[in-house]
Amino acid sequence: MIPEFGYFSLTLAMVLSVLLCIFPLWGAHTGNLRLMRAAPSLAVGQFVFVLVSFAALIYASLTDDFTVAYVAYHSSSTLPWYYKITSTWGGHEGAILLWLVMQAGWTAVVALRSNSLPWILRARVLGVLGFLGVGFMLYTLWMSNPFELLLPYFPVEGRDLNPLLQDPGMIIHPPLLYMGYVGLSVSFAFAIAALLTGKLDNTWAKWSRPWTMTAWGFLTLGITIGSWWAYSELGWGGWWFWDPVENASLMPWLVATALLHSLSVTEKRGVFKSWTVLLAIAAFSLSLLGTFIVRSGIIVSVHAFATDPDRGLFILAFLAIVVGGALTLYAFRVSQVHSEGRYKLVSREVALWLNNIFLVVATFIVLLGTLLPMVHKEMGLGSISIGEPFFNKMFAIILVPFAILMGIGPLLRWKQNKWSFLQNKLLIAALMSLVITAAWLYSSYAVVAPLTLLATTLAIWIVITTGVDLYVKATVQTNFSQGLKRLGLSYWAMVLGHVGIAFVIAGVTLTSAYSVERDVSMKPGEIVQLNQYQYRFEGVYTIRGANYSGYAGEVSVLKNDKLVTVLHAEKRHYDIGMQFMTEAAIDAGFTRDLYLALGEQLNNSGWSLRIYHKPFVRWMWIGGVLISLAGFMILGDKRYRTSKKSTDKSQEKLV
Amino acid sequence: MNPRRKKRLLGVVAIIVGIGAAIGLVLYALQENINLFYTPSELIEGKGSNKEKPHIGQKLRIGGMVVPGSVIRDETSLQVSFTLIDTGPLVTIKYQGILPDLFREGQGIVAQGVLIEPDVIEAFEVLAKHDEEYMPAEVAEAVKGIKHEKPKYNLESGN
Repeated sequence: MIPEFGYFSLTLAMVLSVLLCIFPLWGAHTGNLRLMRAAPSLAVGQFVFVLVSFAALIYASLTDDFTVAYVAYHSSSTLPWYYKITSTWGGHEGAILLWLVMQAGWTAVVALRSNSLPWILRARVLGVLGFLGVGFMLYTLWMSNPFELLLPYFPVEGRDLNPLLQDPGMIIHPPLLYMGYVGLSVSFAFAIAALLTGKLDNTWAKWSRPWTMTAWGFLTLGITIGSWWAYSELGWGGWWFWDPVENASLMPWLVATALLHSLSVTEKRGVFKSWTVLLAIAAFSLSLLGTFIVRSGIIVSVHAFATDPDRGLFILAFLAIVVGGALTLYAFRVSQVHSEGRYKLVSREVALWLNNIFLVVATFIVLLGTLLPMVHKEMGLGSISIGEPFFNKMFAIILVPFAILMGIGPLLRWKQNKWSFLQNKLLIAALMSLVITAAWLYSSYAVVAPLTLLATTLAIWIVITTGVDLYVKATVQTNFSQGLKRLGLSYWAMVLGHVGIAFVIAGVTLTSAYSVERDVSMKPGEIVQLNQYQYRFEGVYTIRGANYSGYAGEVSVLKNDKLVTVLHAEKRHYDIGMQFMTEAAIDAGFTRDLYLALGEQLNNSGWSLRIYHKPFVRWMWIGGVLISLAGFMILGDKRYRTSKKSTDKSQEKLV
Repeated sequence: MNPRRKKRLLGVVAIIVGIGAAIGLVLYALQENINLFYTPSELIEGKGSNKEKPHIGQKLRIGGMVVPGSVIRDETSLQVSFTLIDTGPLVTIKYQGILPDLFREGQGIVAQGVLIEPDVIEAFEVLAKHDEEYMPAEVAEAVKGIKHEKPKYNLESGN
């Protein structure tokens, strides 16, 4: 009964989203205020029905209703209750339903929080979001119904959730990522609405910016958690694989990063307008492309589970309509956009323009590396893969000028600057970062490769120049501590974001340069030395969990003969899927992680073990969290609060 | 040419040179890092219409089924070797390290490594990313000639 109800509810939501697509857009076209005013309630109604539908799936999963095919394939009665809930997005159909919840949720929030907008723009934004909702709901109802029933012969036990997905990281990773992906549809809708209205001005950028920042914050957090999940769960100690699915999330992130920098220029200076709109279209298009890559089955990846060419075709067609339509509209309307601001070569505008160039080039590199193998294969030229060194090398090359620019950019003023004004500050900052880095690295490590020194210096450089800028900005009118309080939240967001990037750069560099990995075979009592730590293998005991059994290897970690920690690395055997899973043991620390994975039993009564010493690996996730906080911080900025006062009677008028 | 035009021309030339250099660099890096995928029979008999065989020292990817009973482990180290098969010829894979969780005899795997003899590969990575039911897509295609096979669920019998 409940599953049918869920399906019915989703159908109702689809009807509402069709209305949400047609009414406001038609109303805006003909100037019918009544039609436009229907949009917010339709948006909220759509969200409620999608939510009911999702609740129905969760209920089915919690009550072990194996008549529902999705539950039977992705859950089991022995699964702990929290994984029963997360299993609703552990498979394709459920993940798409979660996507719908997010999409409808964002639409509803936009509907409720946009009352300061003129009706004509508000209606168009919601209409475009409604159109996207129709596309995804049609897909769900037609090709990926999560409520499909296995009647009359339904199984007595489910197939269990993929053990890889039975992890806390998996509980939050997909929802955050989807929040980001789908959130970019709001920037997209704003861009399309602005193109339709023909009013691309500072106000448009001001409205779009908090939405873009929030979506970007979620995307950042989602990617960060995903990286952390891969590190702790896949048992390889890797944190980024340049896997097509990871690339699919990185591309929208890069473009969204470019977009929010470009939006700030458009908002403050009224230039780069057409470019900003193009970026908004590109960011969401890349989210859709990512969905296509993940769901169509044209790639081989850790993430690509059950896939289906028909589904891929649908998403491809939808992608073509959305991107094609948006670009056509853009082509027709862009000639009407004029930028009025003037600026010189040494100015913040140019710095932000260069930032955009670097980010777009980086996106193209990822796109090339991701799509080339697919194109190659579909053309019948055989399977190829593009190795990680390609991406690593390219990103290293881009990073150097990009990081230097990140230090200079914030110090620049709009319009124009005298180079001499900056020269001394930058020179001192550069020297300081070099000295600090050299002192740090040479005192801690015997060998320092030139590239490691360079990249770490760049990270410190970003921190120092950001500090200098903070000091300069705070002491313009008053003393430092007074001035700090007067800086706006969006300025602090920039500081936090840039420091976050510095953390990521330092973390990635140092962990890549100084990680030590060793595969060993050990008998109980044996000791292996890795860096300053001794690992004593104590032996293996059996373990028993709710839905798995297995072994755990106990290893005592000692430093200077003092016990640091005891690690328990597990090898689990999941009862239902008959799958083996390595559950790595990690001793996390601010400056280093000790990582231990249990291999298999060898003939000579020993066990194979993989031990890693990973310095500063946590810094990249700390950085990721800082960056995402920067995205959320802008919500607190007074300038972007939708205040009731400014709306007063003007919303009654058609502006 | 007046100075303004000259300045513009220089700008344009600089941009073109910059883009050219960037594209050249990307293509060069790409060329170095493209790894072709082979099946055991393609490796031995040649791939494509020209029957191109890889040369010794080439970095490549190979996918096939692990021949049951072929896995040989070294007693003291983590050195392991096994043979892969698709439709006929056998290729030996040597690997130093811990095999992935899903590695099992009779199942499909993908290995990345360097060809050290015409039929021996020194692998630096062994992947077995698939569930109980299906093989890595590349292997499934090569072995069965089927594209995008959906995993089959045998709920009644399996559990």
